[in-house]
Amino acid sequence: MSTTKRARTSGRTLPTRKLAVTALAAALGVSTLAACGGSGDSGSGAKNSKVVTLVSHDSFAASPAVLKEFTKETGYTVHVLKSGDAGAALNQEILSKGSPRGDVFFGVDNTLLSRALDNELFTPYQAKGLDQVDSGVQLDAAKHRVTPIDSGDLCVNYDKKYFADHKIAPPRSFDDLIKPQYKNLLVTENVATSSPGLGFMLGTVAKYGSDGWQAYWKKLKANGVKVDDGWEQAYNNDFSGSAGGKKAKGDRPLVVSYASSPPAEVLYAKPQPKTAPTGVATSTCFRQIEFAGLLDGARNEAGGKALIDFLISKKFQEDMPLNMFVDPVVKGAKEPAVFTEFGAKVTAPETVAPGTIAKNRDQWVKSWSSIVLK
Amino acid sequence: MAVPFAFFAVFFAYPVTAIVGRGLKADGSWQFGRIGDVLSRPDILHILWFTSWQACASTGLTLLIALPGAYVFARFDFPCKQLLHAVATVPFVLPTVVVGTAFLALLGRGGLLDQLWGVRLDTTVWAILLAHVFFNYAVVVRTVGGLWAQLDPRQEEAARVLGASRFAAWRRVTLPALTPAVAAAALMVFLFTFTSFGVVQILGGPTFSTLEVEIYRETAELLDLPTAAVLTLVQFAAVGAILALHAWTVRRRETALSLVDPAQTARRPRGAAQWTLVGGVLAVITVLILLPLGVLVARSLDGPGGYGFTFYRALQSQGAGGGTFLVPPVAAIWNSVRYALAATGIALAVGGLAAAALTRRAGRLVRGFDALLMLPLGVSAVTVGFGFLITLDKPPLDLRSSWILVPLAQALVGVPFVVRTMLPVLRAVDGRLREAAAVLGASPLRAWREVDLPMVRRALLVAAGFAFAVSLGEFGATAFIARPDNPTLPVAVARLLGRAGELNYGQAMALSTILMLVCAVSLLVLERIRTERSGEF
Repeated sequence: MSTTKRARTSGRTLPTRKLAVTALAAALGVSTLAACGGSGDSGSGAKNSKVVTLVSHDSFAASPAVLKEFTKETGYTVHVLKSGDAGAALNQEILSKGSPRGDVFFGVDNTLLSRALDNELFTPYQAKGLDQVDSGVQLDAAKHRVTPIDSGDLCVNYDKKYFADHKIAPPRSFDDLIKPQYKNLLVTENVATSSPGLGFMLGTVAKYGSDGWQAYWKKLKANGVKVDDGWEQAYNNDFSGSAGGKKAKGDRPLVVSYASSPPAEVLYAKPQPKTAPTGVATSTCFRQIEFAGLLDGARNEAGGKALIDFLISKKFQEDMPLNMFVDPVVKGAKEPAVFTEFGAKVTAPETVAPGTIAKNRDQWVKSWSSIVLK
Repeated sequence: MAVPFAFFAVFFAYPVTAIVGRGLKADGSWQFGRIGDVLSRPDILHILWFTSWQACASTGLTLLIALPGAYVFARFDFPCKQLLHAVATVPFVLPTVVVGTAFLALLGRGGLLDQLWGVRLDTTVWAILLAHVFFNYAVVVRTVGGLWAQLDPRQEEAARVLGASRFAAWRRVTLPALTPAVAAAALMVFLFTFTSFGVVQILGGPTFSTLEVEIYRETAELLDLPTAAVLTLVQFAAVGAILALHAWTVRRRETALSLVDPAQTARRPRGAAQWTLVGGVLAVITVLILLPLGVLVARSLDGPGGYGFTFYRALQSQGAGGGTFLVPPVAAIWNSVRYALAATGIALAVGGLAAAALTRRAGRLVRGFDALLMLPLGVSAVTVGFGFLITLDKPPLDLRSSWILVPLAQALVGVPFVVRTMLPVLRAVDGRLREAAAVLGASPLRAWREVDLPMVRRALLVAAGFAFAVSLGEFGATAFIARPDNPTLPVAVARLLGRAGELNYGQAMALSTILMLVCAVSLLVLERIRTERSGEF
């Protein structure tokens, strides 16, 4: 008797609550639709072709003023979608190939370029103004599937104060790093999980050849190199020269970071110091070049093309350095004063061809892990 | 039953099956041979071993340290109790990036331990274990303490009157009543630590790796879907086994309890022993939770030129983080709260319905559904996120760039909490009360409102608190789908930490502090919610 009653009870209570939830779900659904259509435009279908979506990694940054400039020139509004680090963002595009989330992808670098090209992610497009781009960074000059946008150098940074206090000259080259006076001073990043870490390793591959770099790393390990999982950890915690590291009492005066890190240390300090607290070992650098490409299956191809043109315009190129701490690739684009004053001139960075990286990457990473992490 | 089931089918089962399927299918046929290939790799076996080992150790340690805390919070009144209760939950919402930083400041080089005794625990397994305790302390205190506070102390007293010793009375009366809650808490802590990602990554360095970290690497970095799929299945199997074990432990243990208003059960400590206990718990909270949090606050105020609010002021400027955000970082606070509210709403609706359905029905199917609801805790964010990517890409479900994905993904993680906190209480409600109400002419809805609701109100609030907190601190899924014009707090913190320079670092610390405050205040408000009828029954 009681059980039948209970069964009936539950049978009659649930619909009432189900209704409430359905209503809630419906409300959410409506607001979603409103959010999708109504972001930044009136939401009608015709207007939507006025939106161009840029898919990128977490480090993408641009001044709102410059993006507004683009809208003024072309009539397109830029939407930016960021999805994880460079590798993760690219892999998500590969997974959603054919029905991309946006029109343009920015942030595939030379270490990942082959993976992107082999997966045929991009529609070829020769950007307007490409003749103004430094030919040395045009790695896909034959087919124009990607357009170079910026370059940056991964180098060992040193803490000036430490070396002044200890009266040791800071290291300059890969060879210096394995000398006894620099024992237990360097912190780098895990090659498997961090792009600066990978770049530094590729630099050693370029320098010592594909059969000599392992021996170098064995010496580096014997010389007490420390490995962190990510750049944040290494730079903000263990490196004694950065603002974060000073607070965390970092005890490693050498770190694998970027050639543009010293200007950042100056720019984001209050009051700004006369000289940068950190310096760059200019013969330990690996050059990273970042590209943008028009995604295959883009809904707004015309807008995407206009956006790529804009990314290599002087306006964007001159705005970019202080946002992303990278160097412009367009001839005649002025670098900000902070860069010229506090940055390092890297004259001969190491490089490895994208195809070679793609072919050997997994093997190299495995081999590096077994040498350094075991 | 239908609503939560549909929710899980669409937003969990379908995406995860799709991504696993893509890894295990080649040329249209299943390649189960891949499972053996992956599982015979020594590095994978090592990761499996470490994952299980540290999860067991972390769970044991957490229970050991947090159960006295649950008792003290449930049974005693002391100054600042509500505040401490809220603060103890704060770690739970902190992005792991921040927790890592705080713990390094405590255990690492030049940290507190280093200065006092010259001990450094960073990059040892102890740092990972302690960080897990820091994270999960609140889980135990809230789930176990929430129920403990409502147990009628007079039952134990009755047992004493009948001649039972103090210990026997506790063992025969209180312990059985608590078992389901303790088991549920242990289960949640285990699931959390088993699938730990950020903590292991930061504090473990490259030497320690868990399944979760490995799955992330294989999926997001290497795009090695077959290996990732196998590891996901392994994680499924492990989580499934844990859930089965849990079900077996608590089955037939959940009996109808007489629950009372928690306000009546807590009293001021009496005598030296009780004060010592309370003092001990407070000391543990101070060292384990307040200190790491304090370090963060101190660093956020330690600006250039002495202590001050420089970094907080910087947060309000448009140019903070140099164009990384298209809005001042401060706007992230409102975004986070908005997402968290939506996620809490979804989680409460889905989880509440599921819990109600699970209370009313029994049987194998229902138990299976119960376990199914727990699975999202054991699946990595990256698997779900990438699953969304390849499944929710066609209208009407093209949600890939929609904001609703964020609360949906967060609600997936919130639902198990809601179910776990509501179920023990709902099951403890005596069905005869409902029948009595029905006999007296109450409509089913009225019976539910008058009988169930007052009893579960507290559990509902606790559950809402959890869901809200989970959503506030959730980083994995959000990192994939948040747009720069509406970053959440954890995402903003991570992005600021990813840039060089003192101002960025300081702002990250300041935002973390704000995140702590937002969380603590929300939880405090939640604890204060008391309806005009205090639960007298």
